[in-house]
Amino acid sequence: MIQYILKRLTMLLPTLFGVVTLVFFMIALAPGDPARVMLGERASKEKLEKLRADLGLDKPLAQQYTLYLKRVVHLDFGKSIKSGQPVMNEVKERFPATVELAICAMIFASVLGIWIGVISATKKNTWIDYTSMVGALVGVSMPVFWLALVMIMIFSVHLNLFPTGGRINIRYYFSPESNFYLIDTFKYLFQGHPEYFLSALHHLILPSIALGTIPLAIIARTTRSSMLEVLKQDYMKTVRSAGIKEKRVIYRYALRNALLPVITVIGLQFGLLLAGAILTETIFAWPGIGKWIYQAIEARDYPAVQGGIIIISTTFVLINLVVDLLYSVINPKIRLQ
Amino acid sequence: MSEETLLSMENINVHFNTRRGVVKAVRDLSLYINKGETLALVGESGCGKSVTAHTINQLIPMPPGVIESGSVIFQGRDLLQCTQREVQDLRGTQISMIFQEPMTSLNPVFKIGDQLADVFMAHQDMKKKEALAKAVELLKLVKIPSPEKRAYDYPHQLSGGMRQRVMIAMALASPDSGLMIADEPTTALDVTIQAQILDLLNDLKDKVNMSLLLITHDMGVVAEMADRVVVMYAGRKVEEGTVYQIFDNPSHPYTLGLLNSLPSNDKYKNSTRLEAIPGNVPDLLSLGEGCPFANRCNWSSDVCNKSFPGKTELAEGHSIWCHNATKVIAEGTKTNG
Repeated sequence: MIQYILKRLTMLLPTLFGVVTLVFFMIALAPGDPARVMLGERASKEKLEKLRADLGLDKPLAQQYTLYLKRVVHLDFGKSIKSGQPVMNEVKERFPATVELAICAMIFASVLGIWIGVISATKKNTWIDYTSMVGALVGVSMPVFWLALVMIMIFSVHLNLFPTGGRINIRYYFSPESNFYLIDTFKYLFQGHPEYFLSALHHLILPSIALGTIPLAIIARTTRSSMLEVLKQDYMKTVRSAGIKEKRVIYRYALRNALLPVITVIGLQFGLLLAGAILTETIFAWPGIGKWIYQAIEARDYPAVQGGIIIISTTFVLINLVVDLLYSVINPKIRLQ
Repeated sequence: MSEETLLSMENINVHFNTRRGVVKAVRDLSLYINKGETLALVGESGCGKSVTAHTINQLIPMPPGVIESGSVIFQGRDLLQCTQREVQDLRGTQISMIFQEPMTSLNPVFKIGDQLADVFMAHQDMKKKEALAKAVELLKLVKIPSPEKRAYDYPHQLSGGMRQRVMIAMALASPDSGLMIADEPTTALDVTIQAQILDLLNDLKDKVNMSLLLITHDMGVVAEMADRVVVMYAGRKVEEGTVYQIFDNPSHPYTLGLLNSLPSNDKYKNSTRLEAIPGNVPDLLSLGEGCPFANRCNWSSDVCNKSFPGKTELAEGHSIWCHNATKVIAEGTKTNG
């Protein structure tokens, strides 16, 4: 098993090298001059030249590339052109917010999605099945920004049940350490201030549902078709003929087999959420990395864009690794090969 | 039928509603099994053997299957009148089953020890550890070498023969094994393993005093295992008798044809070609009211296509269902040598 993990980790290196290279050249070839963006339209030629030299933009592309590779290996993504802060520091602040939101959205989507998928598979061709599958179709087709706005309108504005945005009530000031607010505020639970944690949780609910709806629908559909396939297998007849209770037959024997494709989907969707949460983050004023990269692109903030994309890609690749490892936990055949 | 009857099925009719029409898989079938007896249910693929077996432990997928009429009396209770729950309690305790395909009949993602232990835990108040110990005991009973180790193997680590032994062990998990249904237990195994599995079944039958319903199309298996035989054709019972009556004095044209086509038949000593029954199995969708074998039968007459014949009792316990019984008996034994 350890050998397998090591093997997979070494296989990550060429992938990551490819990502870094691709990102560097894509940004370098994109039109637009960062020095011009920073200094404005009316900047003098000398000033522009000087800034380009400071940023290393006057050097040949190949040289820029090798310099960049050297720095990336040391996890140094340079300074943001816009804010002057090291990119890594900004990412450390922003990325946990996105990851926290994505994890909550995926928990919501996976638990509910798998459950709905199992129910519709076991009640195939009944109204329960039809309702949930039509629901899933609607869920997949619904634009996130529209769903988010409608949810804010109903649950925040009219019913006043949830906050409209942000990560925590602004009255609760604290200095975050990991920037995962649920983790950072957890200790206050036992220090007589549960409101910090509860507020962070409260702020997560609506964005998680908005972000998780599409994955929920996809997971439900995948689970259903996978379950239907498994329920037809000979070994299902075996456990039934052995008199095992139907609930156990479904949730232990069938589901464990049916989960294999579902886990792949969950992993892929999770990766997509990390990068694709821009809409949700914008609507819920969530200070995540999606929104940050979007702003960096607009500002031609090359180091920020490069660093952000590389970190998201790396996470994506790592999630895929975790999925593969989970696979081998569930499927003993993969483990032994 | 004696007082020792364990199971009796009366006038069973099972239909499957398919898109192309109603498939009458089993028609007016009656049979009984005495305690400690082995009844072989013989016939070619698609003649309703497995459906009959699944009617007993109610594993027929409904829909599309419908048990139209009949009764299944097991130890004085009509199983068709029992609730799902009551039948579930009988499965694995009083009625157990082994299947045709050992390769696919065990759940691929669970250790075989766990799968066996689960059957114990489903029916008896037992802790996991105790159940696992019992599982190992059973693996020993079915003569699996080093059962303590094998219990921690996954199905794909075992050969087909070993897996069938595990299936048999699972069927033996109940304390008071009443009836074991073996649905073509040796079809998927090669010949040497077949012999081992049949020996094992015979051996166990005496040890735990169970009755065996053996479903097969292999007359060699019938000769080795059965006390009594029921021959089925296209969903109907066509001949019934003790194993000696069937082999020494086969009387239905279909049984005659079956035995005639055996390579071990004496008349093939100097011949290289086997004699086949002419024609094909009828389409179960378009069966008329007549004898389903009529279009392949050497003795068929007009009446054969009009109605299904009544019972003709030839000796005690030996009956055939044929309009031209006397003619067939007079001429058939001659051709059979």
